[in-house]
Amino acid sequence: MSQSTPVSPLLGRLTWESFPIHEPILLWTFIVVAVLGIGIVAVVSYYRLWGWLWREWFTSVDHKKIGIMYIILGIVMLLRGFADALMMRLQQVMAFGASQGYLDAHHYDQIFTAHGTIMIFFVAIPLIVGLVNYVMPLQIGARDVAFPFLNSLSLWLTVAGALLVMVSLFVGEFSRAGWLNYVPVANIQNSPDTGPDYYLWALQIAGVGTTLSAINMVATIIRMRAPGMTMMKMPVFTWTAFCSNVLAIAIFPALTAAFAMLLMDRYVGTDFFTNDAGGNPMMYWNLVWLWGHPEVYVLVLPVFGIYSEVTATFCGKRLFGYSSMVYATVVITILSYLVWLHHFFTMGSGASVNSFFGIATMVIAIPTGAKIFNWLFTMYRGQIRFELPMMWVVAFMLTFVVGGMTGVLLAVPPADFVLHNSLFLVAHFHNVIIGGVVFGLFAGMYYWFPKAFGFRLDPFWGKVTFWGWVIGYWVAWTPIYIVGLMGTTRRVRHFDDPELRIWFVIAGIGALIILVGILAFVIQIAVSIRNRKALRDTTGDPWGGRTLEWATASPPPFYNFAFTPVVHELDAWHDMKCHGARPPVSGFRPIHLPRNTGAGVVLAALALVLGFAMVWYIWWLAALSFAGLLAVAIGHTFNYHRDYHVAADEVARIESAARSA
Amino acid sequence: MLRQIQLTKRLKIVVLLPLACLLNACGGAVLDPAGDVARQQRDIIFISTGLMLLIIVPVMILIVVFAWRYRKGGRGTYDPTFEHSASLELAIWSAPLLIIIVLGALTWSSTHLLDPFRPRPAKPGEQPLVVQVVSLDWKWLFIYPEQGIATVNELALPVNRPVRFDITSSNMMNTFYAPTLAGMIYAMPGMQSQLHAVLNRPVESEGFSANYSGAGFSDMRFTLKGMDEAEFGRWVAAARTSGSELDLPTYRRLLEPSERVPVMRFASIDADLYRRTLERCIEPGTACRSETAMHGAAGTHAPGEPQP
Repeated sequence: MSQSTPVSPLLGRLTWESFPIHEPILLWTFIVVAVLGIGIVAVVSYYRLWGWLWREWFTSVDHKKIGIMYIILGIVMLLRGFADALMMRLQQVMAFGASQGYLDAHHYDQIFTAHGTIMIFFVAIPLIVGLVNYVMPLQIGARDVAFPFLNSLSLWLTVAGALLVMVSLFVGEFSRAGWLNYVPVANIQNSPDTGPDYYLWALQIAGVGTTLSAINMVATIIRMRAPGMTMMKMPVFTWTAFCSNVLAIAIFPALTAAFAMLLMDRYVGTDFFTNDAGGNPMMYWNLVWLWGHPEVYVLVLPVFGIYSEVTATFCGKRLFGYSSMVYATVVITILSYLVWLHHFFTMGSGASVNSFFGIATMVIAIPTGAKIFNWLFTMYRGQIRFELPMMWVVAFMLTFVVGGMTGVLLAVPPADFVLHNSLFLVAHFHNVIIGGVVFGLFAGMYYWFPKAFGFRLDPFWGKVTFWGWVIGYWVAWTPIYIVGLMGTTRRVRHFDDPELRIWFVIAGIGALIILVGILAFVIQIAVSIRNRKALRDTTGDPWGGRTLEWATASPPPFYNFAFTPVVHELDAWHDMKCHGARPPVSGFRPIHLPRNTGAGVVLAALALVLGFAMVWYIWWLAALSFAGLLAVAIGHTFNYHRDYHVAADEVARIESAARSA
Repeated sequence: MLRQIQLTKRLKIVVLLPLACLLNACGGAVLDPAGDVARQQRDIIFISTGLMLLIIVPVMILIVVFAWRYRKGGRGTYDPTFEHSASLELAIWSAPLLIIIVLGALTWSSTHLLDPFRPRPAKPGEQPLVVQVVSLDWKWLFIYPEQGIATVNELALPVNRPVRFDITSSNMMNTFYAPTLAGMIYAMPGMQSQLHAVLNRPVESEGFSANYSGAGFSDMRFTLKGMDEAEFGRWVAAARTSGSELDLPTYRRLLEPSERVPVMRFASIDADLYRRTLERCIEPGTACRSETAMHGAAGTHAPGEPQP
């Protein structure tokens, strides 16, 4: 253990040196964050919004509000993760030959670690979980998820994890061991500092949230579908959300176990992953990739669902090959468990093992290819309206097939032996994550935004966002593919070969074009809020949707549906429209709903304190917050005022107000 | 067999020439190999890419064509009932399947043929040159046990003679990678991996770790020198006259983390260093793995260790 740092009984290993006030970049970042934070607090206080925020949002168990808060978290963290990306791009442009750039290894290594960690765990996951949270219950005609309080707890645990990562920016330091916190770099012998501890506690806390959320979503889909909605009448987005969350339930325990063992190595001196005493770092890699590869599909499957919904709606057609799409999703779900070893072909597992995992990986290309064809033939004989969501679909299809191709190439072990850990690999996974997941998230956000807020997003700034991202992606990542083929490795801070420089300059320009896209997105939201009257949608169904979420008002009333819809067909809302369904005007009944609770926020706050105390070895505070966690959790079980009924005349009043809007 | 080779060649030329030209314009070690293994690996990249382009290119064209033709207000017919076609679905599942079958066959055979643990074909009676590779924090140690010399950050190889690398690490995990020679393999503490390769033309290029291993990782680079047999003999002789010895104290100093380390040569070596690194018993008093393994059931206490 780190005998070198003295551990005080009161403050653990936290000292004045833990605050990086001597580092100008961090100091300025802190000042900017502090000014922004104080500004937000001042505005909220000025308009006396704290009570409203607490009552209507923080303590809410409404799946729609929780979904929106997840998405806000994802967008805020995207800004942080992207700032890290820009810093890396700048360093790689500068650090050639005699110049060491502006970042030393100590900082550069933290930045690439934080970038990957944040982008996957605190951008991609919250955005996906947020969209699933918002849309899926509406699509299946439910009034909320199966466990509304658990949903609130999941959100706030994720927020607590994100906050712990952000705290590491200004108190102590973050991990320098890569986005999966690889050993031996992250072993206590090599990193006695707080970095890996911040990483591990942040992800353990957020991981509990993600696991609970996945259980919640699966239970919701299995138990709470509207009458008549058999599995094979579920919208494709719900199907993909189902498969994605089943995957998440299966894999997150592996990650949690790996992290728990590493925590034991670091805190109590066990030797699971150390170099000596029977420890083996390979086992850590094995476990984290056992999580890590299926995680790719946890992210991408719901996005495939988004593309399916958007394509069908904007082509004015039912999705081509619905059952083939469902089977493809299920096949991908199963196969995604069988491929993790392709992340370390070069560890020397032997030719037969490598071939098995290589071929298993390629086989995933078959159902994925079938999906691409299904979208293609949905467009065939359609009447395609190129609204913003549909533009993202076409950009995705063109970008993603290239990423799929390089992915299959990397699955051929002899090719992987020369491309493993190269920038070619980095370009490949950014190709599929930006071109697949991010494009799809934008398609989804544009598609469902009018549902959530009752007005559309401004199309001009939406187009700027679109072209910024799409052009930016290609300009930023094509050169990285090329330098990867030239044998350049990832995570390199300094280069000798001056020939490479031009490619990094182009990549840097690409990153700036993406920045235009990101800024345009922020502007778009501001402009749309200002012009919300002109962009207002009163129909609840602005795109001519096909699934149940469009059957209710925009934004939906807090109880979602005054009457639980009855489903007869796939594309239930389209079917209802064909049969001339009208919104109900009478016969309302009381609606049973869960009551808001602050327990989720309190538990997550205690978890955050526990994480911070453990990182800094402040044992008394850790013990106290842990005891607090137990007490609040047990206390919450005695809360018997968990639900209430909305009276029938209240429902009638809300429904008639929505009709006359 | 010959026909197959010709076919592969023709396929390569027709489909891949444009790609190869494009990529060769950028130069780069991966696509400009000096060793047989690296050359075959590059060819596999080309062949697989070509195979996949057979399906990727038509799909990309179709995406653009359909998006244009069936846009609202375009000339395409609108048929909202077209949502299923058994023959079309058969085609869309089987087309990728066929490509993957071919690619899978290629994968199975090439993975076995190019397994790094598999010795390279040699002339009768020729033994491979053995080089022991130890990744240190953050530099490369190359021990030539037959020649009794060692170097840091410089790897010299005679051309056309098969080489066997025995690879381990002192602490961090790295990958041993010289792109012009052959693909990479991990260097892991307490474990040994192997790479069989051969260099087919004189070359002066670079090798490095392709796996992030901490602060000094970026500059953890070595020079790879391919030379003919006679020149290699002179190189060995020069190293032998360099005067310094890689004994245990020197090695322990070398184990200290350091960055951007210049080339070092050692005239003689402690022949047991590699084994003791691999078995993690460099520090006096620590037990080697092969010894503790014999204690097995009796417990893990090594003779030199204090009893609890």
